[in-house]
Amino acid sequence: MTVAPSSITSLAELAGRPLAEVLSGCRELLEDMDFPTVHAWKEKGGTVCGHFQVYFPEELAHAAGMLPVKVRGGPVEMRQADSHFGSYLCSVIRSSLELALGGKLPLDFFVTHPICDAARNLCGVWARNFAYPSRILYLPQNPNSASSAEWLRGEYARLLRELETVSGHKATDGDLRNSIAVYNENRRLIRALWAVKRDTPWLLGVDEAYALLAVGSLVRREEHNALLAAVLPLFASRTARKQDKVRVVFEGGFCEQPPLDLLGVVAQSCYVVDDDLLIGLRFLEKDVPAGPDPLASLAWTYIEGSGYSPVQHDLRKPKERMLLERVKGSGAGAVILAAAKMCEPGLDEQVAYSKALDEAGIPYFVTEFEERMSSFDQMQVQLETFVESILFD
Amino acid sequence: MGTPLADSTIVGRGGRDGARLIRDWFGTLAAAAERGDPSVYVFVMGSMAEILRAFDLPLVFPEINSLQTAVRRVSHEYLGAAEDYGYSPDICGYVKADVAMQLQGGKHPMGRIPKPALAVLTNACNTYMKWAEIWERMYKTPCFTLDVPGSRSAPQNGASTAADDENDRRYVEAQIRELILVCEKLTGRTLDLDKLATVLRHTNDMAASWKRVLELNRHRPSPYNALVDGTVYLGVLNALRGSALGAEYFRDLVEELEYKNAHDMGALADERARLLFVGVPCYPIFRRFHEIFADHGGTFVSSSYLWFAAGGLDLGFQYDLSRPLESLAEGVLKSVRHAGDSMLFPDRALLDAAELYEADGIVYHPVKSCRTVSTGLAGSRRAVMKERDIPCLFIESDMMDQRVVSEAQMKNRIDAFFEGLEARRLRLAGSAA
Repeated sequence: MTVAPSSITSLAELAGRPLAEVLSGCRELLEDMDFPTVHAWKEKGGTVCGHFQVYFPEELAHAAGMLPVKVRGGPVEMRQADSHFGSYLCSVIRSSLELALGGKLPLDFFVTHPICDAARNLCGVWARNFAYPSRILYLPQNPNSASSAEWLRGEYARLLRELETVSGHKATDGDLRNSIAVYNENRRLIRALWAVKRDTPWLLGVDEAYALLAVGSLVRREEHNALLAAVLPLFASRTARKQDKVRVVFEGGFCEQPPLDLLGVVAQSCYVVDDDLLIGLRFLEKDVPAGPDPLASLAWTYIEGSGYSPVQHDLRKPKERMLLERVKGSGAGAVILAAAKMCEPGLDEQVAYSKALDEAGIPYFVTEFEERMSSFDQMQVQLETFVESILFD
Repeated sequence: MGTPLADSTIVGRGGRDGARLIRDWFGTLAAAAERGDPSVYVFVMGSMAEILRAFDLPLVFPEINSLQTAVRRVSHEYLGAAEDYGYSPDICGYVKADVAMQLQGGKHPMGRIPKPALAVLTNACNTYMKWAEIWERMYKTPCFTLDVPGSRSAPQNGASTAADDENDRRYVEAQIRELILVCEKLTGRTLDLDKLATVLRHTNDMAASWKRVLELNRHRPSPYNALVDGTVYLGVLNALRGSALGAEYFRDLVEELEYKNAHDMGALADERARLLFVGVPCYPIFRRFHEIFADHGGTFVSSSYLWFAAGGLDLGFQYDLSRPLESLAEGVLKSVRHAGDSMLFPDRALLDAAELYEADGIVYHPVKSCRTVSTGLAGSRRAVMKERDIPCLFIESDMMDQRVVSEAQMKNRIDAFFEGLEARRLRLAGSAA
């Protein structure tokens, strides 16, 4: 699928436009694999910190004066990246490298995380191909240790030091507090957006909410806050009518992202009232407290106030229990259990989720996707059949 | 090292004793399963054998159990059972073989595996965590994840300061102390520090010997095949880590290999190509894989598998027995990090090994089942070939799944590789003349 390049280089350009235009503008920007906002930032002399899925403490890069950008692949044609990898690999790993190798996503610093066995390799892959620094950020996989928050604080300090070197800006505690406040506001607005989708899903489709969320990872968060603050009041005056659709949770979008058209297909037959799409952008469910030590506050919130995903191991958060809570909390009656092709954490979790949903008597629809897929007819028929089986049960 | 005094009867002892020790070890596990004794499931990268052995807890290595199903050519039965249960063909075959084993009450080609009373894992591999979560669900097994922060970038890029490393070491030590509390609760005993020191001493001996074993294969001809014999040695290294029996085995092995080198006894009678192996062995056709190379006079003189699957013991780290827990934390951090580096940042180590072992070529064998090892190998090959004029072969298959092992296709590629090696040899000889 070819998408016309977006002319949007700042979300401010969408200010004051009607809701439909804002939504289509966000979608255009999101699907533009030339990343115009990132290039515009660079042209102004800014530096860019690209961070691979899932969670990254963007506050650090923001405080260092950088533009934090989520590296989440995309539906691009592989010209160079495939020759750097073997066969058995998900698409997002390949497409992320393709975007960087092709110069579409210009970075000054790259961070990956050991979210899966493939992604932990990206630091080495980047180091072979780019002159700018690439790093691994280890987030605790033993958050149950009494020492994990203190250790993570040190890890954040190390990372900040390196970001400062690249940006040339030394982040003060004041900078950090300001960034945390900006992101706390962003978290509040995203929660409000997700509440609209949960409580009045006929006013806000999953694909629309997703586009509004995802553009936040392409701009400085102040811009995103302004957009969300302007858009949120507009939904109430939307004229869409409530329909007899099944309320579902979409699970499986924590890393590789399904195409927007796939979400559109889902939205045609279901109300997606909660999901884990781009969960890393809203992984901290609590606001980060304004403590005396901003880095310690950020670390503490990760340990004590984060959500769940298949890539975090926390004894307090068995994933299947968390999914059941998500279903209950959103008033969903069914689940779409998706996984990206070749995604081990997602595919592993599908088994546990499906057993738990069986036990709980909650209907679910299992599917695999790829970011580059462009035909959804078969999935649409299967999903409609699934929905009908629930509606007429 | 003095002149070996041993006689020729020790030749082959490492292989024979290794096979016997592994059989015996599986026998003890089967007996534990029969008695219903508690066992601890651990992994090769960061097994924490030192702590667990000090509590006399039997160790079960699910990775070794799983690979045995492939070596014994029954892995397809296990994979099929796990896929029927719901697991995807695209996930790690080791995990699936273990799931099937658990669903069959621990039934295994070499006996029976006891159920886990505790699982201890590190973050060296993400699949370890997903795997342990399965036992949590099946048995409510308590799982202890030991976070061992790895290198933040290629080691030569030097992203860490001494203070950073100390932050990591303190974190590992704090977690080890928490693990000890878990073991004390499980066994009802307090940690015996004298016993821990004894176990650490055995591991020190094994680490020193293992380092020496790897060095001894630099000899021309190489005394063992790093892929075939090396994997047997590796099994003993992991299963008997921290034991007197393990330390004795490796002392004997060093003696045998030194004897062989003193008498120029190679693994192959006619060693024509010295190769490095990168990746995980092709267990479904384990012997055959080696034979295809051996038929051309090719032998594996070193293997990255003997680095990472040894949990980094090839570093030869020596624990300081006067401060056991602090030193254990340092050793675990350095060794597991080293194991990780050999998978995530292998280029420098491979270039060095090519030099040290006078390698004629490198065989990259990425597998479907293990993305940790395999994801970066195509790029590594490009980087290594850019820096050193060395032929590299890249063949993909799997360590468990026969469905993606095409022996005929593999043989064609290997034959062509050796034709290339021979042509290169003639060309170089011609240039020299």
